[in-house]
Amino acid sequence: MFKRSQREKAYSIILFGSALTALIIILLIAGFIFKEGIPIFQKYGFWNVIFGNKWNPSNMIYGLWPMIIGTIYVTLGSLIIGVPLGVLTAIFLAELAPGRLVSTVIRPSIELLAGIPSVVYGLFGMTTIVPLIRSLTLRIPAYADDPALSSGYGILAGSIILSIMILPTVINIAEDAIRSVPPDFKEGSLALGATHWQTIYRVIVPAARSGIMAGVVLGMGRALGETMAIIMVAGNATIIPGSIFSSVRTLTGNVAIEIAYSSGEHTQALFATGIVLFIFIMIINSVALAFAKKEV
Amino acid sequence: MIKPRQSEKIAKVILATAAAVTVLTLACILGYIFINGLHVINWEFLTSEPESMGSKGGIFSVIISTIIFTVTTIVITVPIGVTAAIYLTEYTKKGFGSSIIRFGNEALAGIPSIVFGLFGFALFVVILKPITGGWSLISGALTAACMILPTLIRTTEEAIKAVPNSFREGSYAVGATKWQTVTRIVIPSSLPGILTGIILSIGRIVGETAALLLTLGGSIFIPTGLTDPASTLSMHLYKVAMEVGAMDMCYGTASVLIFTVFIINLTANKIMGRMRHKKVA
Repeated sequence: MFKRSQREKAYSIILFGSALTALIIILLIAGFIFKEGIPIFQKYGFWNVIFGNKWNPSNMIYGLWPMIIGTIYVTLGSLIIGVPLGVLTAIFLAELAPGRLVSTVIRPSIELLAGIPSVVYGLFGMTTIVPLIRSLTLRIPAYADDPALSSGYGILAGSIILSIMILPTVINIAEDAIRSVPPDFKEGSLALGATHWQTIYRVIVPAARSGIMAGVVLGMGRALGETMAIIMVAGNATIIPGSIFSSVRTLTGNVAIEIAYSSGEHTQALFATGIVLFIFIMIINSVALAFAKKEV
Repeated sequence: MIKPRQSEKIAKVILATAAAVTVLTLACILGYIFINGLHVINWEFLTSEPESMGSKGGIFSVIISTIIFTVTTIVITVPIGVTAAIYLTEYTKKGFGSSIIRFGNEALAGIPSIVFGLFGFALFVVILKPITGGWSLISGALTAACMILPTLIRTTEEAIKAVPNSFREGSYAVGATKWQTVTRIVIPSSLPGILTGIILSIGRIVGETAALLLTLGGSIFIPTGLTDPASTLSMHLYKVAMEVGAMDMCYGTASVLIFTVFIINLTANKIMGRMRHKKVA
């Protein structure tokens, strides 16, 4: 029989091992993605792969630029729609909404929005938003003749779907930030004779700015990393889009669409796509973390 | 110039509209999916096998596969997640070591699912093929386990932190060791919170597709062992929508998925509510 103190020591070592798992996994992920993807950069040159504007794996041409641009466009598009809506909703929740309405309707709605699987968003997008955009573009003569611009699939459809998907992230974090503004700020402003709205946009929102920004940046990370919904509505053509109706492929979509039938160098090029995605996400998360820290 | 009182009114209307748009968007999605999907769902749809690539028949085997896959993933993740959270809250002081571990956790939480998919593909499907059987239930479950681990650790940490210190002090005062205190006092008191974390993780597993596309195999048959390929409802929905185009089946599957998420959220809230209630009392 082991002594009590020995057993205690053993337990703490086992627990420490568990705690290390997440760290080990992230190192493994980075290790594997880089190991598999780096050879493409070495063979074709880093800048040629990043800025190459042609992706044609059957002819061994691996330019990621169309997907990088595509990712940036749909991400920005989703922020343009989703951030105002999300931040205004968060202000409403934190400052104006009656508690009952929040707890019975709005909060459960946001939780459900966060829980709906991305394929369901994709299904909704491809059967409602895409046909809607298609009928719109078919009425514009300049677009109607070009099937690439009048299919309905593209940047606009992708941005709209992603903007819905990032709402829960933006709302939850922005609301937390607004709620954590000390009540003295608000009371001081109201005591000086400011109206509630003046207090909100001159005092509360500026005080919660860092937290709100953290929410926006995390929403951006969510949009950037989303895969299934975007594949289902974006059209996925590997071109540099020239219009908001233009078909577009994201970095995530590139991997998900092609990995099943790829082999050899093609697979490595998809891992290289993963490297670019990984670096983007790391940058975004560090920025979000910096904003979140500033809040205190 | 607009008077303050007018701008106050306008602003409030705009803010309320934003919240209304958010709620209405959800209502539109739910309404649209249910209108097209509820009439598809009946006993036969839920209990018969998919036919001709899922364009006809039901989703029985996919429902069973989803359950098997979810249970497998939870069984892998929970022991690691809970013990990691115990270490982070009870055993470590703030310092360099714990901040590195926390950083790893946060970084992992932000990784997009398709990157988990690439990792799972490279490690579990390709390198460990002799053990995992390539695209299989276990490859998918291990990949999904990596994905939900950070969330589970975080929710468990919150639950453990919510246990009042007086509980621990009381336990030490009667001579219990740290381990005894953790297993007999801290864990039982934080069980509802841990359970909520597990339930929310289940929601995440059920909704996941991208990572599984690269690791799970996508067979519509019920897996008979850990090394058999499998599918989940989300994955099935994607394949049927994109490769088969049988939209009726998709709406039906989507309705089932939404119901599942709804029940998961409801259960999690119930448990949390009861816990809060207890704390007040």
